[in-house]
Amino acid sequence: MAVQKKKSLVGFAIVLPSIVLAAVFIYYFIFWTLKVSFSNWDSFSALMKGEYTFVGFSNYIKLFSDWRFQKDLWNTLFFTLFFILGCISLGILLASLIDKGLKGSKIFQNIYLFPMALSFVVTGTVWRWIFAPGTVRDPAGINLLMSKIGLGALQWGWFTSKDSLGNFNFALIPVIIAAVWQMSGYVMAMYLAGLRGISEDIIEAARVDGATSNRIFWKIKMPLLQPITLSAMIILGHVSLKIFDLIYSMTGSGINNVTDMPSIYMYELTFRSNRYASGSAVSIIMLIMVAVIIVPYLYSSFRKGHDI
Amino acid sequence: MKTSKISQVLTYLILFIVAGIFLVPFYIALAASLRPFTEVSVSRMWELPSRISFEGFIQAFKKLSPNILNSFVLTVPATIISSFIGSINGYAFSKLKFRYSNVFFALILFGMFIPYQSIIFPLIRFLQSIGIYGSITALIMVHVIYGIPITTLIFRNYYDEIPNELIEASSIDGAGFMDTYARVLLPISVPGFVVVAIWQFTNIWNEFLFAVTVTNNPSQQPITVALVNLAGSQVVQWNVQMAGALIAALPTLLVYIFLGKYFIKGLLAGSVKG
Repeated sequence: MAVQKKKSLVGFAIVLPSIVLAAVFIYYFIFWTLKVSFSNWDSFSALMKGEYTFVGFSNYIKLFSDWRFQKDLWNTLFFTLFFILGCISLGILLASLIDKGLKGSKIFQNIYLFPMALSFVVTGTVWRWIFAPGTVRDPAGINLLMSKIGLGALQWGWFTSKDSLGNFNFALIPVIIAAVWQMSGYVMAMYLAGLRGISEDIIEAARVDGATSNRIFWKIKMPLLQPITLSAMIILGHVSLKIFDLIYSMTGSGINNVTDMPSIYMYELTFRSNRYASGSAVSIIMLIMVAVIIVPYLYSSFRKGHDI
Repeated sequence: MKTSKISQVLTYLILFIVAGIFLVPFYIALAASLRPFTEVSVSRMWELPSRISFEGFIQAFKKLSPNILNSFVLTVPATIISSFIGSINGYAFSKLKFRYSNVFFALILFGMFIPYQSIIFPLIRFLQSIGIYGSITALIMVHVIYGIPITTLIFRNYYDEIPNELIEASSIDGAGFMDTYARVLLPISVPGFVVVAIWQFTNIWNEFLFAVTVTNNPSQQPITVALVNLAGSQVVQWNVQMAGALIAALPTLLVYIFLGKYFIKGLLAGSVKG
C-alpha cells in the first residue's frame, strides 16, 4: 500500500513541527522547572552564578512545613469543592429550566452564559467593588445594600473577613460566588448540549407510560447525562486548581493569606522575591495536582476511542 | 404533556431571579461608569446616576487606549496563526493518521491543561536568551505555541465529521495530500475557522498570566494587565475603574453578542463530547 504509506508519512511530516514545539515548550520546560525545583537557585545571585547545586527535595520539604503553603492547599481544596458544587448544581438547575423550552428561554440562556465571554480580570475587578465591605459607619457594596433593605445586622467583612470554620476561610465565599457566576453558565451549556442529544423516542416512551416531565428529567435524562457531570467536574477542577487571575485581581492573597492560592504564592516567590527554586516547587505541585485529574481522563478518552 | 400553569409561572420566576442576580455586576459597572465625578460617592453605588456622564469612560479610555491597541496587535496575529496551524494539524490527525498518531495527539493535548506556572520560568529564560523578552512579539509567539493544542483539537473533531470518501475521491483524481487540503478541506472549513478564531480571540484577549509575566514594560502590556494596575491604584476613582473594566470587556462581549452561536460551539468543543 504505497498510498497508505505516503499518507501516513505526510501526516507525520505535517504535525512534526508541533510535536517538536510540544516536546520543547511543554515537556522539556516542565523538566527544566523540575530541575530548578531541586536546586539551590533561591535568590537572584544564586541564579546569576549559575552553579547548579542539587538539593534534593529540600525545597519541597520546606514548602510543606510552610504555614502559608499549607493554607494555600486548604484554600484550594475548599475553593475547588464549593466552586464545582456551585457550578454543577446551578448549571443543572438552569439547564432543566431552559430545557422546558418556554418562550424567551434563549434570552435567559444568553444572559447566564455571558460571563464566560469576560476575563477573570474583569470579573475580579467588578466583584471586588461589589463585595468591598466598607466600614461599619460607611458600608459599601453588598453591606450597603443590606443595610438599605433592613438586613444591616448581616453585614460582615466578606473577603476581608478573618473568620473561619476549621480550615475553611470565610473570605473565600465572595471569591467562590464570583467564580460560580463566571462559569455556571458554561456548565449549563454543557448540560443543554447533552439534553439535546437524548433521543426523543426514550422520552416519548416514558410519556406514554405516564411519567411527569419532572420525573422524566430526573429519572431518565439526568442518568444519561452522567458523563457530562464527570467532564464538567474535570474541566472545573482543573480551572480551580490553577486559579490565578481572579484571585490576583479580586482579593490578592488577603489578610493573613485568607484568600491565597498556590498560583499567587508561586507568582510572588518567582517574580517578587526571586526565589526561583521555591516558586518552581510550587508550580510542580500544581502540575501534579492537575495531572492527577487530567491524565486518567485523557487516557480513558483515548482508550475508549472517544472524542475529546 | 403540557407543563402546568403553576410550574410555568414558577419556572419564569426562577429564570427571572437568577437573570437579575447575573446582571448585578453589569448594572453596578454600568451605573458606576456613567456617573459624573461629582456623584462618585460609595453610598450611592446602587443608585442610577442622576445624569449620564461619559467622564469616567473618557478618562479610562485615555489611560487604557495604548493597551487596547497592544491587545489588538497581540490577539489578531496570534489568533490567525494558531488557527491555521490548528487546521493543518487537525487535517493530519483526522485524515492522515500514522502509527501512534493518537499518542502524539494526546501528548500535544496535555499542553492545554497544564498550569502554565510550571513552564513560565524556563519560558522567560528562553525568551531572554533569544532577546525578545518583554515584547509583544514574544507574547504572540507564546500564544501561538500554547494555542496549538486547543486549535488542533477543535479542527480534528471538525474534520472527523467530514466523510473520508470526500478526501479519497480527490486523491484518486491524482491530487496530492496538500492539494486535497487546499482544494477540498479548506473551502468547507470556514465554520471551523470561525469557531476556532472566536475561541482564540476571546482567550488571548482575556489572558493574564503570560501577559503579566512576559511583558514587563508598561508600554507593551495588554489590556488585562493595564486594567489590574488601574483598578489596583488608590488614586483612580471607581467610576474610572468600572469604565475600564467595561472597556476591557467590550471586544469579547461584542463577539459574544454577535457570534454567540460559534462562541458556544467553541466552548463545548473545548470540553468534551460525552
